[in-house]
This record gives sequence, C-alpha cells and structure tokens, in this order.
Amino acid sequence: MHADPRGVLTGVHFIDGDHACCEGTLAAGARFASGYPITPSTEVVERFASRIPTVGGLFIQMEDELAASITLQGAVWAGAKAFTVTSGPGFSLMMEHIGYAAMTETPCVFIDVQRGGPSTGLPTLPAQADMMQARWGSHGDYGIIALCPNSPQECFDLTITAFNLSEEFRVPVMMMLDECVGHMTEKVVIPEAEKIEVTPRRYTTQTPEEFHLFEPKADMVPDMVKAGDGYRFHVTGLTHDERGYPSMNTETQDVLVRRLLDKLKPLANGRALCETDGLEDADVVVVSYGITSRVAQRALQMARKQGIRAGKFRLISAWPFPAERIAELAGRVKAFVVPELNMGQMVLEVERAAAGKAKVISLPHAGGTVHRPETILKAIVEAAR
Amino acid sequence: MNEEMLEIPYEIPEDARNPVEPFLRMDRMPHIWCPACGIGTTVNCFTRALLDSKANLDKVAIVSGIGCTGRVAGYARLDSFHTTHGRAIPFATGLKLANPELQVVVYSGDGDLFAIGGNHFIHAARRNMDLKVICVNNMTYAMTGGQTAPTTPGTAITATAPYGATEPTFNLVALAEAAGASYVARWTTYHVKQLARSMEEILNKKGFCFIEVLSPCPTLYQRRNKMGDGLDAMKDYKAKSKVRNGAPTSECTLSKYGEIVVGKFVDRERPDYLETLKAQMTEALGDRYIEPEGTCCSEC
Repeated sequence: MHADPRGVLTGVHFIDGDHACCEGTLAAGARFASGYPITPSTEVVERFASRIPTVGGLFIQMEDELAASITLQGAVWAGAKAFTVTSGPGFSLMMEHIGYAAMTETPCVFIDVQRGGPSTGLPTLPAQADMMQARWGSHGDYGIIALCPNSPQECFDLTITAFNLSEEFRVPVMMMLDECVGHMTEKVVIPEAEKIEVTPRRYTTQTPEEFHLFEPKADMVPDMVKAGDGYRFHVTGLTHDERGYPSMNTETQDVLVRRLLDKLKPLANGRALCETDGLEDADVVVVSYGITSRVAQRALQMARKQGIRAGKFRLISAWPFPAERIAELAGRVKAFVVPELNMGQMVLEVERAAAGKAKVISLPHAGGTVHRPETILKAIVEAAR
Repeated sequence: MNEEMLEIPYEIPEDARNPVEPFLRMDRMPHIWCPACGIGTTVNCFTRALLDSKANLDKVAIVSGIGCTGRVAGYARLDSFHTTHGRAIPFATGLKLANPELQVVVYSGDGDLFAIGGNHFIHAARRNMDLKVICVNNMTYAMTGGQTAPTTPGTAITATAPYGATEPTFNLVALAEAAGASYVARWTTYHVKQLARSMEEILNKKGFCFIEVLSPCPTLYQRRNKMGDGLDAMKDYKAKSKVRNGAPTSECTLSKYGEIVVGKFVDRERPDYLETLKAQMTEALGDRYIEPEGTCCSEC
C-alpha cells in the first residue's frame, strides 16, 4: 500500500541524516516514538517531537533507554508503528528489549547513530563499532536485520525499508548510522506519498477461537493482533508454544529458536541489499558500509585509474550477512579489503564466508574520524600484487 | 488440622463453576504458586473487581514484570503481557498511549516494581499516566528463592541476608504519594472485601493509581523467619492491621513485627498525562494540532 500523505513531506530538502531518518519514520507510517536524549542521535526525535503533533501521533521522552526501548513495544501491541533512537551507551541499555522484541516477534525499528566507544567514548565523533552488538548484543539466539545508510537520502529511503522489513519478518530492525552520516547535510528528495510503498501490518483474519498467536504461516512468520480487539492473547518473553503460553521444555525451545533464525534466511541470500560495481573482472573487492563506503569509493576510483581491477561491494543490509554472495566472489577474486571504523568486526564475517578461498585484509580504525582514501588505496595495491 | 473440618455437608453439582473462571485461562491451571501464597487471593479480588466494575474485558489489558506476581498476566483471560524484569510500567505506558481506550492494569511484585523498576514507577506517577498499578508485596524475591528486597524489613533473614537484613525499607505508599499518584491504598490478603472494593475504585478512576497488597510467602520469607504458615500470616495480619483511611503515608512504614497501617491514603484529582498533553498542544498549535488517536496505523 501507499504511504499516508499526512506523514510525507514531499519535496527537495537540504537536511542531515538524522533529520532524514525522522522523515523516513513519518513516511513509513510511524506515529509513535519513545526516546532518551543522546548525542549524536537526538536530532531524530527532536524533529519527530516537533512534527508529530501536526501529523497525528505521539512522542514521549522516557526516563532512560531501558524504558524507551520497551515503551515503543507496548505501542506496537496497541497497533502503532513505533521506533526509538539512540547511540552506543543507550544502545547497550536497549539490548534487553531488542531480545524481548526478537522473542515476542514485535515489529519495530531501533535507530543507532554510532559514536566512538567503548563506554562514553567519543560522544560527538563517528565509529562503526556497534555492528557486532547489533547482531549479538542481547543474550540467547535470535535474528535481527541491520541496515547501513551512507547518505542522508539513504537515511530517508532505508528507514522506510526498515519499517517495511520489520512488518514482513516481525523482527527488530536496526538502522546503523554513524555520526558522519547522521550529521552530514545533503540533498534529500522525498517523493509523493503514492510513490512510497509501505508494508501494512499483517493482522489475522481468523476468529479469536481459531487464532493462535505464534502459529507460523507459510513464510514462517505468524500473523499479528492488537490489544483491545477481543483476542485475549498472551505475550511473554519466556519460551512459548504456538498459543503464546510459556512452555519450559526443550522441544518447544528448539522449534521456537530455530524459527526465529530461519525466518530471516530469504534476506540473508537472494534478497540481501547491497551495491556493487566492477565485480565482473575484479581482482580485489573492497567490502565496506556506511560512511566508510564513501571513502572507499574514492580509493576505488584511484585504483582503477592505476589500472588495478578493483571492485565495490557495499553492504546495505549488513545483517543478515550476505554470506553466499561473498562466498561466490571468494572463488574468483584474489582478495577482499575491509575498511571499517572499528577494530575489525564485519571483516570476521567476510573471513567466515570467504573460507580461505581469497585473502581477507582488515583495515581497522579506532574511530573519531574516517579512513584516508590513500590508506585503503595502499591496501588495494598490495592486495592486487 | 481436624480432618472432619474438610467435609462439605452438601453435594456439589457436576457443572458447578467457580465464578472467577471466566476471568482466568483455565487451560493453564494449575498455577505455579505455592500453597498458602497470597497472590491467588489478590487475583480473586481482582476478578471480583472486574466483575463489579462492569468493565468491557476486551478493553482491559494486564501487564506484568518478572517474578511470582509477574505470572498473574499469564493466568488472566485478558490481553496480557509478561514483559521483562522491572519494565511492566514503561510497556504499559506505550500500550496506553497508543490506544487510550484501553484500561491498562500493571500487576507485579515489590522487587520488580520497586528495585529494578523503581525509576519507572516514580516517573509514571509523576506523569500521572493513566495506569492502575497493583503491587503484591511479599517482602522478598520469592521466584528466585527468597533474597532481600527493598521491602524486606530490618533484621529479617533472607537467602542473601543470612544474618539479618540491615537496609532501611521503602515505604511504598509514601513513595507513590510523593511521586504524584492520584490514588494510593494498602491492604493485606486478609482484607479481601476492602481490597476488591479498592481495585474496583481504581478501575473507575483516571490517572496513576496504586494499591499495595501485603501477601504472605510461607515457603521462603516466613519459613526462614520462623513466622509459621499461611494461616499464621492471616492471624498476624488480622492482629496487627489498623484501618486508618486518610492516614499520612509518612506514618505507614512497615516493620517486621510492628503495626500494619491499611486503608486508602490518597484519592485526589490531577489531570492525567494525555489530558495535559492535549491541552498544551492545543494551546501551542491551535487548529494545526491533530490528536493522537491516529497512533494506530492507517489501515486499522
């Protein structure tokens, strides 16, 4: 279905990534946000707080990130599309409820504008060091989706995608910005509402008597209900059967946990979002994401000028990791170069997928600024030898 | 106990039903609570209150945290949410704000609401969020084996205070009043009539309402403190309770052996969160303000 025009600020704008994210939430149909202020992410909800009273919805500033990350889930079970926004220290606190959203299959979006860590780290400076935390930060086995925009335009576009994927797969979806992308101001084109596709929530058509809250459909995803409609359903973070009732046995646990992971498989492979260029004849492939992909772009241009056959593989959906795509490339390229604003996180996935068939070169950076293109170029040149 | 006392001097018809059954998920019985635990008694009172308040049960949602009382949501035949430890109140906040026509009840224990969840409690009371909070206070962390809670009275023996607890306790009713609650009451599981009436009252009152219910934990708290069984707890509640409606909450601190002040302490009118929000937005934005009924997505 098309976006509700009330939330769509159609036009050409000159705004930063944080503000573009906010416009993305409104275009996607989010009418509820709960947040807690933290640099460099607060602009997203500041704009939402300013916009939402004239769109028809609500923003509440909670007492901490623990509260913000579950208040939005209460709103989702009452029928709203909802999200929260944070950065590293707040993201750490939200892990509890990323696990709850995964376990209860609550569709929702978490926007993380990454800054330097660990702990309070570099509040105003960029990093990409929450990538593994986004995937593994809460306890237990579960799956999530993480998207990495590299421009304000993508902050807008991918926020809509994030909401759509969260409805389709019923998982928390992370928007993994970094401080650079969040605070970078560029042209953002917001189309007319009828040109924006929005995935509606898939509510059950069954009667309360027939309905089982966690009965998976053909796509392994159960249908939703909302409070107040007479279904008298039960939601719990405990291991639960298809009725939603707690069930402390190993068989229920096995069925549930496998499904929480398996339902995301289509996105791991065929439907993975990535941007590629020059892979046909590539000897060296630079795998990057977020702001680092824009530095890598410069390095790739310089390498091509020197006659090096260098290709681009930009991760847009970093999780689930597109392992099959990397594995296929590993069979025909010499090496992968993986620059990232952390001490080597996604490079571990590249290594795992490449499985020794191609060399994998990590270009770590502790954060605070971006790589120099020359650093990436040097690695490409050495790898191509 | 004399066996003869248990004989029922009349026939029970085969189709007889307990009047609380329509309010419970009978397919989940038996419940997990110990014999003589008071939580079931509070649930009985709650079902009575729901019945008497004539609430539309399709529009009542119940939210619990973690712990023995945290299991109440799972047994109530309502839209029910068993959330994370301490976070029932913020979850309930989102539920209420995204669908204000829901009557949202938070039903949880003292450790859940006042240790790990204490911050959320005071802020929801400050906002006068339209939530009905029922706290079953058994003075211990029962689910995990009887450790010290912020409500454990001084010198009581617990699993983590084997030589006696030493910390001062929270006076929950004073805390609720100071934080801004619209309604504050305390009862024990001995006071079933008063408790059911109090619960009915809050189901018909707007704003942040709080009821503390003292409830026995014979398995852990009483056993370690040589305080007898469930019946002894009832005798104790009967002997030590003083009904003092309107008593200053500062005088209602609980102790291990002291007086238990019960009653309704606070019943005041304050605009709730949504009323205040709507008034302010209307003032600031005039006709441009669109009320947040539309927090539901457009297709529903």
